[in-house]
Amino acid sequence: MTQLLSADDLSRALKRLAHELLEANHGADGLVLVGIQTRGVPLARRLAALIRDIEGTEVPAGALDVTLYRDDLTRRGPLSLGETRVPASVDGRTVVLVDDVLYTGRTIRAAMEAVLELGRPARIRLVALVDRGHRELPIRADHVGKNLPTSAGDRIRVLVEEVDGRDEVVSEPTSESPAVREGDEA
Amino acid sequence: MRPLRDLISIEDLDPSQVLAVLDTAEQLLPIADRRRNSVPTLRGKVVCNLFLEDSTRTRISFDLAAKRLSAEVINFSAKGSSVSKGESFKDTALTLDAMGVDCVVVRSGSSGAPLQLSRYLEVPILNAGDGWHQHPTQALLDVFTMRRHLGELAGRHVVVVGDVLHSRVARSEVQALKLLGARVTLVSPPTLLPPSVASWGVEVAGELDAVLPDADVVYLLRVQRERMHRAFFPTSREYARVWGVDERRLALLPEHAIVMHPGPMNRGVEITADVADSDRAVIVEQVTNGIAVRMACLYLLLSGDADATEGSA
Repeated sequence: MTQLLSADDLSRALKRLAHELLEANHGADGLVLVGIQTRGVPLARRLAALIRDIEGTEVPAGALDVTLYRDDLTRRGPLSLGETRVPASVDGRTVVLVDDVLYTGRTIRAAMEAVLELGRPARIRLVALVDRGHRELPIRADHVGKNLPTSAGDRIRVLVEEVDGRDEVVSEPTSESPAVREGDEA
Repeated sequence: MRPLRDLISIEDLDPSQVLAVLDTAEQLLPIADRRRNSVPTLRGKVVCNLFLEDSTRTRISFDLAAKRLSAEVINFSAKGSSVSKGESFKDTALTLDAMGVDCVVVRSGSSGAPLQLSRYLEVPILNAGDGWHQHPTQALLDVFTMRRHLGELAGRHVVVVGDVLHSRVARSEVQALKLLGARVTLVSPPTLLPPSVASWGVEVAGELDAVLPDADVVYLLRVQRERMHRAFFPTSREYARVWGVDERRLALLPEHAIVMHPGPMNRGVEITADVADSDRAVIVEQVTNGIAVRMACLYLLLSGDADATEGSA
């Protein structure tokens, strides 16, 4: 197991992402942060807290489970469903999807479909803490915490305090096929 | 959780599987309130509703559940089909297999029909009620409704009242409640208790008034007149007086207790109209919850190769 980002690196990356988001949006007005289950959710909450510290504005932060929108359910065992809870209407607002690792792009495709069924946002933007490459769909993030070129044989894991008890990004080799790994990270 | 291959009887489930159905249904329930009330999860899958016994509400519930998951639905009823022309059950099954259906929801007046079907077909079989045997999705939607009102069911006391003998709901219900650690008391006319009840691991009470003050749920079974070919109790009026729930009996329940019924109700027999319409009755909610629970069952049975690796999304 190799450490790619320390807790300090992760914290700095999130602060930079919060500033980038505010700059791109010209402030916090109309933003709704939506974390993709599982680890995107605490990351979205942290970004909301950082935006509050910087701008003094409360930005709603919710959770999105994309399992029901995946295109590979027939290849995988039944997955337990996480909570979907978006605390504000997405109509006419800028929905910021927050994910821990951007990989094939299939999770983001599913997330966009899920958001569009909740309403009609003015725009959807994507924040990824880590972009590891190996895209299978033409999707890119608007804001990336860290680009980490990886081998398809590596497993990249973002660990967060709220779920895992510590903040860290690690890489570990795996013998599993990319098809199985994709769901863990993409 | 051990993957589900078929859902034929509550007896085949372990507590983790029951909880998986309930937790999944909890996440699926809000879909009904969304602007677009379906998700693409089972797009391309074909669900066959094989209804060899009449049941409009259960068929519609399964129909809606499959459609909310974007599955295609074939409705096959005995009336007007090749079954009424004398086709055997096995040949019907082989025909469905040849048509390439991905799941069969079967309702039959014959106990054991879903199990038999599962021996003919490789695809998942979902029991929508068979004879006097089982009605697993009814039991699951009931425990789901109870859990939403009462929290965890371990240690809760459920009083099941009425025609236990003819009731596949009662059999499934008792098994589901016991899996979740609830205490069950049956209150029934002695003629409507099955001889095997001693082996069910439940309490049996003769008088409804005595058990109501300690109940968290009072679950009224339908008086199934169509299955009663001899006199099991003197008159409907006497049944209502001794085993029916009216305003007086409702007042005996603790304040948090709820009244449930699988429907369709015989108003004035097992339940009075004012109790059925009171805010303590969650009978309409059971119907809504039934769709979410059936969506959960279809999702768990159909959302993948059961041998595939489980993982997070």
